[in-house]
Amino acid sequence: MAQLGVNSIGIVLLISFFIGAVICIQIKLNIQSAWMPHWVSGYVTREIMLLEFSSSIMCLILSGKVGSNIASELGTMRTTQQIDALEIMGINSASFLILPKILGLMTMIPFLVIFSTASGIIGAYATAYIGHIITATDLTSGMLYEFNQWFFWMGVIKSIFFAFIIASVSSYYGYTVEGGSINVGKASTNAVVSSSMLILFSDLFLTQMLS
Amino acid sequence: MIEIKNLYKSFEDKTVLKDISSQFKDGITNLIIGQSGSGKTVLMKCIVGLLDPTEGDVLYDGRNFVKMSKKEKTMLRREMGMIFQSAALFDSMSVLENVMFPLDMFSDMNYKDRKRQAENCLDRVNLLEAANKYPGEISGGMQKRVAIARAIVLNPKYLFCDEPNSGLDPKTSLVIDELIHGITHEYGITTIINTHDMNSVMGIGEHILFIYDGRKEWEGSKDEVVSSDNARLSAFIFASDLFRKVREANR
Repeated sequence: MAQLGVNSIGIVLLISFFIGAVICIQIKLNIQSAWMPHWVSGYVTREIMLLEFSSSIMCLILSGKVGSNIASELGTMRTTQQIDALEIMGINSASFLILPKILGLMTMIPFLVIFSTASGIIGAYATAYIGHIITATDLTSGMLYEFNQWFFWMGVIKSIFFAFIIASVSSYYGYTVEGGSINVGKASTNAVVSSSMLILFSDLFLTQMLS
Repeated sequence: MIEIKNLYKSFEDKTVLKDISSQFKDGITNLIIGQSGSGKTVLMKCIVGLLDPTEGDVLYDGRNFVKMSKKEKTMLRREMGMIFQSAALFDSMSVLENVMFPLDMFSDMNYKDRKRQAENCLDRVNLLEAANKYPGEISGGMQKRVAIARAIVLNPKYLFCDEPNSGLDPKTSLVIDELIHGITHEYGITTIINTHDMNSVMGIGEHILFIYDGRKEWEGSKDEVVSSDNARLSAFIFASDLFRKVREANR
């Protein structure tokens, strides 16, 4: 859990902070007009962070970081005969190595989604307090406008599915590596590409199912 | 004792092992020798169950490993220790943790006893001082010694070594050979060593199985190797300049 989840907190906070700030600035400067209510920027920032960014886009980013980590770790274990060593000891290497990764990531990802949303909102407030692009009052009224709690749970549920995809697909590619270091690199790339594609497709279905 | 009977192994249309039969006795070092690509590693993988033979039987003290259920195989594997060509130590664990790992998995001992048992094994291979180091911080020869300690920590009945001397200098190779030989005699283990190192053959080869192109070509002891009139065995043994000169000097 530490390797897959805790070590990703930094990058999640950093990316979410800047994306939250940028969304707020873009909406305020390019979309908000005199015809629109003053709370639009805050409202749109909150909805984007909750519905898509913190769950789906963050998981796409994590599929690159965590997915390649899992695939290359298992691939290296395969090529250096560490997996064979486990088998010889009478240990079911697949369940011993893969199951904790799937469970660990599925446990950690809801927390990363919460951190991401919080960091995005802090980023949006930074544009108000530091950049003075929007007033904190307008932002707050947008953030609080017609808040639907289900949107938060929707993000969490989607992210748990995506965590399963990232950990299982990457583990599959890493565990089944044959050959040497070149194939470990290929497995790592394939793991990221495949899990990203699966996340995108499943996002489509999950969004429709959960909305 | 381990016995292999009429063992065949094919990969798609290529037959790598062809009708190999032999017996590997307890308490002696059994060597499988042969050129690179002759099928030594495939034979060892079939014996330990990392590959399923296409045909034939592998008997561990009369128990047919090929026909065992998955559960029975798992139980039997707890009686095996293996030293891999690459040592195959777990990178994320210290030397002591690596040696303790089989005990953590399969023994009922408390932590203190497991640690003491692992330290005894490390002491047996003269590596107690490296207990807290990580595999990446020690030399290849030391890694092989840690692998030996890990392989013997559960007091196995069967010990397998896949090219234990590869990548090591002659002096370190000798240390590894003597360790394996000593442990085999001390504990009465059935040891099978896969090698093409002629120093090992002449040093610890109590029973030697020579494989040529996937077939059993010759079988005997180190004393019989030099005097054998098998042309393929002689070509393999005396491919080394040094051994050729020794033979000529003896003549």
